[in-house]
Amino acid sequence: MLEVQNLSMRFGGLLAVDQVSLDVQEHEIVSIIGPNGAGKTTVFNCMSGFYKPTGGKILFEGHEVQGKPDFRISRLGMVRTFQHVRLFNRMTVVENLLVAQHRHLNTNLISGLLKTPGYREREQKSLDRASYWLDRVGLLDLANRDAGNLAYGQQRRLEIARCMVTEPKLLMLDEPAAGLNPAETRDLNQLIVSLKEDYNVSVVLIEHDMSLVMDISDRINVINQGRPLASGTPDEIRNNDAVIKAYLGEA
Amino acid sequence: MAANNLKHALFCAIVTLIVAYPILGLNLVASGTEIVLEGATTQTVISVLVAAVVVFLFQLFRDNIMALLGQAPALNSLANRQPMEQSKRLKLESTILTLIIIGALFWPFFVSRGSVDLATLVLIYIMLALGLNVVVGLAGLLDLGYVAFYAVGAYTFALLSQYYGVSFWFALPIGALLAATFGLVLGFPVLRLRGDYLAIVTLGFGEIIRILLNNMTSLTGGPNGIGGIPDPTLFGMEFGRRVKEEGNTSFHETFGIAYSSEHKIIFLYLIALVLAVITALVIRRLMRMPVGRAWEALREDEIAARSLGLSRTAVKLSAFTIGAFFAGFAGTVFASKQGFISPESFVFLESAIVLAIVVLGGMGSQLGVILAAIAVTILPELAREFSEYRMLIFGAAMVLMMVWRPQGLMPMRRIHIELEKQE
Ligand SMILES: Nc1ncnc2c1ncn2[C@@H]1O[C@H](COP(=O)(O)OP(=O)(O)OP(=O)(O)O)[C@@H](O)[C@H]1O
Ligand SMILES: [Mg+2]
Repeated sequence: MLEVQNLSMRFGGLLAVDQVSLDVQEHEIVSIIGPNGAGKTTVFNCMSGFYKPTGGKILFEGHEVQGKPDFRISRLGMVRTFQHVRLFNRMTVVENLLVAQHRHLNTNLISGLLKTPGYREREQKSLDRASYWLDRVGLLDLANRDAGNLAYGQQRRLEIARCMVTEPKLLMLDEPAAGLNPAETRDLNQLIVSLKEDYNVSVVLIEHDMSLVMDISDRINVINQGRPLASGTPDEIRNNDAVIKAYLGEA
Repeated sequence: MAANNLKHALFCAIVTLIVAYPILGLNLVASGTEIVLEGATTQTVISVLVAAVVVFLFQLFRDNIMALLGQAPALNSLANRQPMEQSKRLKLESTILTLIIIGALFWPFFVSRGSVDLATLVLIYIMLALGLNVVVGLAGLLDLGYVAFYAVGAYTFALLSQYYGVSFWFALPIGALLAATFGLVLGFPVLRLRGDYLAIVTLGFGEIIRILLNNMTSLTGGPNGIGGIPDPTLFGMEFGRRVKEEGNTSFHETFGIAYSSEHKIIFLYLIALVLAVITALVIRRLMRMPVGRAWEALREDEIAARSLGLSRTAVKLSAFTIGAFFAGFAGTVFASKQGFISPESFVFLESAIVLAIVVLGGMGSQLGVILAAIAVTILPELAREFSEYRMLIFGAAMVLMMVWRPQGLMPMRRIHIELEKQE
């Protein structure tokens, strides 16, 4: 469903991403790994439309999306989380989830001001969806807290829930396990697998936690200094000499 | 640390002297055809010196004093009370609001003409502040040219009545819609701007509108302004002693009561009251609607909002447009109240005052903004003797607020949403 072909991104003299290709099939978890500064987040930024790539193509369900505005790409069903959590801090947890659904809503001012039945029904639907996902990530009791006051792990889960209420086809997670304790990481592991199994979402995952990556990925892409280094199943990657060298060399 | 404080305190005291002495101590006095510079009286010199000493001492013991001030809220018995239960609070709030509105309806019949006139002005500022609250408090877009939309509303009515004899009731929606259009037009070029840059461009826009009004003399009368703006009518009844427009009747004759110039003022007050209540209710609804939440999301994190599919263009433009719409409303009422307008009424200071109301009241909070509008408009009137020091007091109040309650008088409270568990 997603195909990235020879993607390149140059910042001035720095070629942050150099000819990276990857593809994601339906019902698949694909990981991107690589040392710090390898260009992983930059690949995400190009995919989600934050940067206009300097070269290459990005095809989502057959349509070229490179260079399109970010909100259009998101409306196609590709949504992302951020390496540094970005919530609407001074809004409540449930409001965070409502905002995310507003492109599904008819934002017609008049029907909202008059509270027409159609408007009420849509509002109720988005509330129901919000409460479903809050329950799913264990935040239902905290629904009316300010999002900025949640613990770090809870913020991470809220960010994923906020993506899920938009009913995406492809979810891009940028280091979702960073800063989580082992128990939270286990929960995250199950959540991501369940997103794929139960909600039919494909996932692209950037992650440094190798046990998580090896455990849940169907395929892995390794990039190093902006260039693709290897790709394959977790077993192939584990035994790839170039990868071992890059990681050991770095450590 | 201590040495550092001492140096800093000395510096502040010297700055006080340098700034205060020429301003307060030197006077230009006309003697015959000449203007001569006169030195200060001993009294002024002593006050300036005392002020410098006070500044010095305050800066020297600043940490201690601020620590003491920090404890001050603890003296306030209300500071630590438990928040009331949501449902109870809402009920209480709506009861109080209803009572206030009923009171406001009957109040003008028992007080002086001057008070009613002032109250109308307060209501105009409430409308302005509620509208600006959408742009600054909710959407987080610092708009320093808000007065431009107010001017558009006022001039729309003034010009329409002068050239086409349009009445208040027709001009009201036209003025608001035209102001909204200006909001939309200004929105486009500043879509990509944030923070300081946005503030500067909107400031410029406000000035451009004022300068245009000043210079298009043939159309707007320039600095001379436009007079003879008609009063609102009540179902074709005029409030003047004599009927001005053919086909209208006069209010006092229809009801067979004696003519009183107060009728008109009270009527205008009631119109302003109704419009202010409508403004508050509409914006209150908008805040709980998708568009209101989108404004806040944009304020909180624009990148995250866009990543979720919200269009920055739509969200920003809607905030500018709706904010400007209510300024146009207020402008029309203002033109009708004054009967005469000129560019003088739409200077930057007006934008600054409305912005100060929003900040003092608590960004995003409607009740706070209403209270602040009342305070900021009425206090200077009560303290007429100090009118020279108006801006000084105003500035001091702002500084004190930022120290004690940076979140404003009544910071915005989030609404509680009950959720049912979904299977
Ligand atoms: N907007 C930008 N302007 C200039 N250089 C940038 C920009 N964004 C990223 N870079 C550079 O591109 C390179 C790749 O950065 P990127 O954030 O994609 O790495 P990463 O693989 O996500 O690393 P990490 O594991 O630390 O998150 C880095 O050298 C970074 O400094
Ligand atoms: Mg990164």
